[in-house]
Amino acid sequence: MPRGSGARICPIRILTGFLRCELPAVYVRMRRQMRVVEKRQLLSAEEISRTLQRLAHEIVEKSGGTKDLALVGVRRRGVPLSERLAKTVKDFSGVDIPVGTIDITLYRDDLSTVGPQPVVHSNEISFSVDDRDLVIVDDVLYTGRTIRAAMNGLFDLGRPKRIRLCVLIDRGHREMPIEATFIGNSVQTSDSEIVEVHLKEIDGDERVVLVDRVP
Amino acid sequence: MLQRLEHLLGIEDLTREQISFILDQAKPFQEFQRHPLKKLATLRGKTVALAFFENSTRTRISFATAAARLGADTMNLQAEASSLKKGESLLDTVRTLEAMRPDGIVIRHSSSGAPEFIANRLGVPIINAGDGTHEHPTQALLDALTIRDRKGQLEAWNLTILGDVLHSRVARSNIHLLSKFGVRTTLCGPAMWVPRELETLAPNVRRVTRIEEALDGADVIIALRVQTERLHEPALAAEEYILRYQLTPQRLQLARPGALVLHPGPMIRGLEIDDAVADGPQSCVLEQVTNGLAIRMALLYHLVGGAAVEPPLAKVPDKAQ
Amino acid sequence: MPTANDRLLLIKNGRVLDPASKTDATNDVLLEGVRIAKIGANLSAPDAEIFDATGLIVAPGFIDLHCHLREPGQEMSETIETGTRSAARGGFTAVCCMPNTQPVNDNASVTRSIVERAATAGTVEVWPIGAASVGSKGEALAEIAAMKGAGIVAVSDDGKPVATARLMRQVMDYCNSLDLPVIDHCEDPSLFAGGVMREGPRSIRLGLKGIPAESESICAGRDVELAILTRARLHIAHMSTAGALDYVRHAKILGMRVTCEVTPHHFTLCDEDVRYDTNYKMNPPLASRADRTALIAGIADGSVDAIATDHAPHHPASKDVEFDRAPFGIIGFETALALTLSELFHSGKISLTRLVELFTIGPARVLGIERKIAVGGPADLTIFSTDLAWTYRASESPSKSRNTPFDGRTFRGAPVATIVGGQIVYRRELGITAQ
Repeated sequence: MPRGSGARICPIRILTGFLRCELPAVYVRMRRQMRVVEKRQLLSAEEISRTLQRLAHEIVEKSGGTKDLALVGVRRRGVPLSERLAKTVKDFSGVDIPVGTIDITLYRDDLSTVGPQPVVHSNEISFSVDDRDLVIVDDVLYTGRTIRAAMNGLFDLGRPKRIRLCVLIDRGHREMPIEATFIGNSVQTSDSEIVEVHLKEIDGDERVVLVDRVP
Repeated sequence: MLQRLEHLLGIEDLTREQISFILDQAKPFQEFQRHPLKKLATLRGKTVALAFFENSTRTRISFATAAARLGADTMNLQAEASSLKKGESLLDTVRTLEAMRPDGIVIRHSSSGAPEFIANRLGVPIINAGDGTHEHPTQALLDALTIRDRKGQLEAWNLTILGDVLHSRVARSNIHLLSKFGVRTTLCGPAMWVPRELETLAPNVRRVTRIEEALDGADVIIALRVQTERLHEPALAAEEYILRYQLTPQRLQLARPGALVLHPGPMIRGLEIDDAVADGPQSCVLEQVTNGLAIRMALLYHLVGGAAVEPPLAKVPDKAQ
Repeated sequence: MPTANDRLLLIKNGRVLDPASKTDATNDVLLEGVRIAKIGANLSAPDAEIFDATGLIVAPGFIDLHCHLREPGQEMSETIETGTRSAARGGFTAVCCMPNTQPVNDNASVTRSIVERAATAGTVEVWPIGAASVGSKGEALAEIAAMKGAGIVAVSDDGKPVATARLMRQVMDYCNSLDLPVIDHCEDPSLFAGGVMREGPRSIRLGLKGIPAESESICAGRDVELAILTRARLHIAHMSTAGALDYVRHAKILGMRVTCEVTPHHFTLCDEDVRYDTNYKMNPPLASRADRTALIAGIADGSVDAIATDHAPHHPASKDVEFDRAPFGIIGFETALALTLSELFHSGKISLTRLVELFTIGPARVLGIERKIAVGGPADLTIFSTDLAWTYRASESPSKSRNTPFDGRTFRGAPVATIVGGQIVYRRELGITAQ
């Protein structure tokens, strides 16, 4: 999910250690022109780590091994997730599965409506996609449009044998017939809410929070 | 945040940041040229008018391909020079174009300032594909991308431009672009085609008439096409030009080792450039062609794609201060 | 019922500036019919129309040595009627129109038609300039004597130079015998060759074909040599280069009757101002900064005899094209005095007397006539303010054309009233032109 750079104005945070935080830590943050309020934390750093471990094992198990397997992370946050999954697989199986990156900007279906064109980035897929057992990796599965675009991009590169999807959070509200095979956590959300995934490679901190738009 | 470009009329008024942004945005499109299936739907439903009032096959095909690969439709307007003389004014042509409602216009014209003329009258993004002897911005951008890819960066090295600089819009755009990055430029060719006033175009430009002096220490050499009609004005025999200014392998040795050789094309082999140089390892001409597609796709993506922004942020700047 | 002949107009309390008699004093001027009746302090004339010229300059009527009225043949750009109304707004009481009409004014019947048309529809006096060669083609001498009989005041092939040295010499010899000045548009066609602006760093940057300054100076040199040879009265039109000015100075030092004019746009703008806007395209093109400085010095030191507008109307559609294809020329009647005031007088480069000379006795001398404020003299006066603040809007002009780079410019100083033959043909504020 695309996110703008935030500028914290007056953070009031209550340290909760490693417990799942039920107390609303209220702080207001300016994100583009939108003000959001954190409602609750969905995953802590340790929970993210455990979830990814579990997902890595699931992927290898349900693929009957690592043969032809490759991960493709969707820019931005799918990328560090896919790298961590590959590292975990290497740790327990000794196998280096190829990891690639895909940028879906050119395949989006909403470009005419977003104003100035978003910046495009390159894909980085150094292996051939033909006959591969691909797993697309992304942080949040929502409407499914991002994954639809990612599949378009992959088919432009060649003809994979199979494509499955692995996401950290599935938040429902699908607008496309898209299903994830490997799911970290399923969460019920409303349309005004946003699931924010913070990963240390990109955001500095490490957690998943549910925030709400302030009208 | 980068100021959004409304048109691409020339390099002279772009900032370093804007140029770097365009070059960076061309990279995904360079990678795209390697896909087996070169077709996107990004600009589906958009129409790009290719208004080429001057003969051009290569540039027109490059833009047409770029548009097609982005999924856009193209309208081809090719005015032979003679039909222009028959009297349809540029303004009338512009009005005709406007009535067909393209989402972008790529224009090449023999009058310097024609793209600006059109940009001032239509609310459609205009890309200058070459106007008179003024600018050819997409050529300079693809040259810069080619050089940056080979050398790693565009900073203060030595550029030599050989040939008829006075009548070359490619040379002017290159001079404007590369001087913004601190490149030192030497212009060289027959004296009547390289007047001293060219040194006023940008900082760090000098002009010499001996090719040996021009190539000494050069990191990048751009050989310009000799416009054969110019050879007659004043009469300069082709042999004279070859004798004094042809880029041969021996002369290339005077430049820095591994110096890059670029040519905007089409080349007249045996005239301004020797076959061995044109096909040698230092020649970048084929990359220039591929990069041309990438640059043009990036420009069409950013200028023609997306919704209109109200009000446009980057108006055509006033040239006289 | 007062007739034209005894119409009385009393101009009160103006600063009467008459270079011919070297007067500069506050005075009243009484006009009776078409003549100046009295000049003095505190004049009274009970039946007279009063014009209060307090705070204004009262000068002899301005003469424009060089303009294009486009009639006959190009009336979509301008007519004698619309052009002279514009001239009146600029403070001009007489204009000399160039012969490059359609047909070219190269014979007495075209000359007569212009004179007659001006008599009926003109707001100010129109003194035609006849062609030097038939059709201005540069081959055969035109019927200059016949045209003189019909009213021309000079000859020129303006729009082009007189084609060859040989023809120029013939024209000069012949015009000597008719006591007519020869006006040349100095240009070397082989150097001009398709150019559209002054050659220099700016033309290189814009990618527009340049015309070197030598195109003008080489031809001016030719003309001055021939004027020395033939002792002719030579006038260099719209001079724009230091090179041409040097030749004129040289001729004057030798005592030759060689004169020259400069247009307001050539001392106001320079080639650095040119952009892709055809209102900056004219011939001769805007000069280099150095040439402009030299022209201003020549105006100040007396080497330049007159300011002329070269008012060159082109109907808007014809100028709304690419720079390369646009016709050369800009209009200029209504901004001439204001530009001269701002660039030369308010900046301290010339005195007010010198300014008035450049519009009055300077052009008059070129034509071999007098221009003064004297009892018994013609009642042609230009009354202007040196301080009135105003904004020039081309859309308000009676001219049919709008091709000016000065649209929207604010000025300090303007013509306030133009009097031709004792009648106020233009008055500011009311903005009406009497017929």
